[in-house]
Amino acid sequence: MNRLKLTAALTLATLAVPAFAAKDLTVVAFGGANKEAQVAAYYQPFEKATGTKITAADYNGEMAKIKAMVEAGRPTWDVVEVESPELLRGCEEGLFEKINWAKVGNKSDFVKPAVSECGVGIFVWSTALAYNADKLKAAPASWKDFWDLKKFPGKRGLRKGAKYTLEFALLADGVPPDQVYKTLATKAGVDRAFKKLDQIKSSIQWWEAGAQPPQFLASGDVVMSSAYNGRIDAAQKEGKNLKVVWNGSVYDVDSWAVPKGSPKLKEAMDFINFASKPENQKVYSSRIAYGPTNVKAVKMIDPKVAANLPTAPANLKGALALDVGFWVEHGEELEERFNAWASR
Amino acid sequence: MMSESLVMDAPLTAADGVPLAVKLKRQARLKQLKALGLIAPLALFLLLTFLLPIGLLLKRSVDNPEVVSVLPQTSRLLADWDQRGLPSEAVFNALAADLTRAREEKTVPELAKRLNMEISGFRSLIQRTARKMPLELAPGASVRDRFIEIDERWGDPDHWHAIARNAKSWTPYYVYSALDLRETKSGTPELAPEEERAFLKIFGRTLWMSLWVTIWCIALGYPIAYWLATLPKRQSNLLMILVLLPFWTSVLVRVAAWIVLLQSEGLINRALMGLGVIDSPLPLAFNRMGVYIAMVHILLPFIILPTYSVMKSIPATYMRAAISLGDHPFAAFWKIYFPQTVAGVAAGALLVFIMCIGYYITPALLGGPEEQMVSYFVAFYTNVTINWGMAAALGSLLLVATMTLYAVYSKLVGANRLSLG
Amino acid sequence: MLPNYASPIEHIWYWTFRLLCVLILIFLVSPLLVIAPLSFSADSFLLYPIHHFSLRWYETFFGNGEWLNALKNSFIVAPAATVLATALGTLAAVGLTSAHFPGKGVLMSILISPMVVPVVIVGVGAYLFMAPMGLTGNYLGLIMVHAALGVPFVVITVSATLRGFNVNLMKASASLGAPPLMTFRRVVLPLIAPGVISGALFAFATSFDEVVVTLFLAGPEQVTLPRQMFAGIKENISPAIAAAATVLILFSIVLLLTLEWLRGRSERIRTAKV
Repeated sequence: MNRLKLTAALTLATLAVPAFAAKDLTVVAFGGANKEAQVAAYYQPFEKATGTKITAADYNGEMAKIKAMVEAGRPTWDVVEVESPELLRGCEEGLFEKINWAKVGNKSDFVKPAVSECGVGIFVWSTALAYNADKLKAAPASWKDFWDLKKFPGKRGLRKGAKYTLEFALLADGVPPDQVYKTLATKAGVDRAFKKLDQIKSSIQWWEAGAQPPQFLASGDVVMSSAYNGRIDAAQKEGKNLKVVWNGSVYDVDSWAVPKGSPKLKEAMDFINFASKPENQKVYSSRIAYGPTNVKAVKMIDPKVAANLPTAPANLKGALALDVGFWVEHGEELEERFNAWASR
Repeated sequence: MMSESLVMDAPLTAADGVPLAVKLKRQARLKQLKALGLIAPLALFLLLTFLLPIGLLLKRSVDNPEVVSVLPQTSRLLADWDQRGLPSEAVFNALAADLTRAREEKTVPELAKRLNMEISGFRSLIQRTARKMPLELAPGASVRDRFIEIDERWGDPDHWHAIARNAKSWTPYYVYSALDLRETKSGTPELAPEEERAFLKIFGRTLWMSLWVTIWCIALGYPIAYWLATLPKRQSNLLMILVLLPFWTSVLVRVAAWIVLLQSEGLINRALMGLGVIDSPLPLAFNRMGVYIAMVHILLPFIILPTYSVMKSIPATYMRAAISLGDHPFAAFWKIYFPQTVAGVAAGALLVFIMCIGYYITPALLGGPEEQMVSYFVAFYTNVTINWGMAAALGSLLLVATMTLYAVYSKLVGANRLSLG
Repeated sequence: MLPNYASPIEHIWYWTFRLLCVLILIFLVSPLLVIAPLSFSADSFLLYPIHHFSLRWYETFFGNGEWLNALKNSFIVAPAATVLATALGTLAAVGLTSAHFPGKGVLMSILISPMVVPVVIVGVGAYLFMAPMGLTGNYLGLIMVHAALGVPFVVITVSATLRGFNVNLMKASASLGAPPLMTFRRVVLPLIAPGVISGALFAFATSFDEVVVTLFLAGPEQVTLPRQMFAGIKENISPAIAAAATVLILFSIVLLLTLEWLRGRSERIRTAKV
């Protein structure tokens, strides 16, 4: 028994050590096609160029882990991809390091929403209506069609969350794009959105991860779905006849941020600098249909690829920019209300 | 003649002259101490890794540190506030001082988040006001007027009531919310309006789904246990492997397998469509049906194994005697056999029910939002909205339910008799 | 078998009952039978029918850093948790069965409670407790909580073995002059070994299959096999999952056979004529 105990103690001792020893740069991003493109465009070239090894991991945007490790003072994540409302909220709460812009790049090289106190934009992406052109005879043109259960019978996919979903509901209810956030800021507006969602609730199949909508569409589980445009593009490249309706899409920027107290602050900034270079962003955008944030990269992209990006002028028509301030302000209460509503 | 040694009036003594009773008692105590010494390392370990974390989680469900710690001066003054009209100039002054310090210490967001739970929009009110700190005032000007000038909501007593209500270090808010209650102005709880209620239904659903899973487990487990118990040993051992193999297989593996079987292009739907039984796929996965099927599959062995061991202990001669005395076999089964198995089945069923109400993985992977049980919401509040008070309150209620049932189980069955097959 | 004089109704009942039982057994094993062949599919969807067979998903499983890393982590965390749980649980079980004292029942209930407390509560509790101490995102915290979850199984199986243990053997050993530790090692341990090992197997399986606590406590470096499968099922179901599942099924067969062999052995020891 003594020997057993000794072994246990030794095992634990050896296991506890690596947690405090020096380690690779840990980069955490949203998983799936996005991460695969990042590995090819950023991680591998960065490893080759600098010799710093990258531990890649994915998550689904939950801030809890970041908050917990920052508060513990020992973040194990060094660079993390965050959506804009989380970036802003986390910056306010002191979860992220300030970006050293002198090290990262020239602010004027970036599109405006990519520049902020705690984050550097990675790409512009869009949540849009998508459908399987092999299964639908008539093409839907807007969120109004999405809500039309008679013309398009069958299940619909929506992201299980308030963000985007409430905007789409109001667009379907006839609110003009520039009035959406003004309406949502009132209690009556939120009620209106939920009432609109009630109309199709029984026909909704919810998704949580970006890889799901193309799967649902391809298998015929749903006739149309909200989806990240990059995932639809990836499925198209695999030969699936999926289409994106840009009208009524909502676009946003995802950014790199560094959890406060990261022991690899310098390497983290180097990585962000590397990933923001136009030639690397170009590789990323050619792998997945998300728009670059570096203006110089925009010019380098093949026009055929550019036409599929959320940043193409034709695609921006009728599209809505995510109101970051709104979601910072109301995000938590709306997500909680949404979750309670969905599970009812 | 009586020999001296048989006279019983002197106490028995051990070789060293100490009375035997004392010696025995001492010995027993020593044994107890030794036993406790052996248990102590585990007890200590569980205390640190299990009991203490859960205890702190329970405490968190009533913890209310934000207002008290970020607005200490304001809190102190508001304790004496008569709750009528607006608070005095001194309170506004204290708030200005507190917010100034909070801004330096970057504690404004936690305060804003907490107060936003009370009144929607409080977050921006706090943030906007804090950004104006420290206040620059013309001499003699009123701080109160300046605040109302920054935002007119500072002139609304409701916002002040919300601060005052939270100017103490504990709150029933989270526990109330977890029960769909809210605190009225007088401090008594009332049911929240219809459209804001959610959790009573979720608790009800958790119990309801667990009940159905338990019933199905009994309905499917009892015949199997009976069959295995009455088969010759060699055959029953072989078939037992079929029960134990899924039992030992990872839950994740089984969930993945059920998705393969149940999804709309899955094996079952394809087979049924191929046979012409149905035209379009049946919705079997990602709904209640899928959750029930997978949960019954996972929990079935927990009924089969204890029931089987109870049935094994019933001599076959009882039934034979009843039948030979003229009872119909069915009647004999019902009157003689079944009653002897009830206790075993009930113990297994209670255990299954207890495990069910804490389920998370299976509904999360095989169900839609309408199948999520309490555990899912504990995880949601922890991870997604970082509302740890709410997660703790829901978790505490779930824990109370589990522990009550577990106490009943320990009382009836004895915790040490949990069967592991 | 039914006696010859059984009525037709009894015959029908007898065969219906058997059919029902066979169906239930099919229900129990079919998922395992269904998923294994898919791991040999060349297709990139987890769907039947299989058009071409290939080993590409095993290549993915054993060639891909993520899956291999998850496998490695599982084989770090589960054995360590097992050793910890078995050592602590065996000692406590010996203590619990060796003496009577007030509150023993309650103590036993508490020691076994990790088995019934909803894992989400254990996970969130441990997460909020350990995060400020920096015990999340490393192996130590994960191993400790996994060990806590495995302890009840060790306590239960070892106590059960000890209950059938003849105390006179210990007395005999002591009367022959063996010191307590020697008695424990030479007499008690060999006799309760089957209980200890089967408890250890349960503890191992508990940790090896655990995903909820891992979800909360593990950082990217500690992702275990079930955690990787959880992400896979949630995000994109590829036959790589079927390959992982098949590996795990084979593994559980090994566990099960070991356990059955132990059970047989322990029965033989216990019923052996002295």
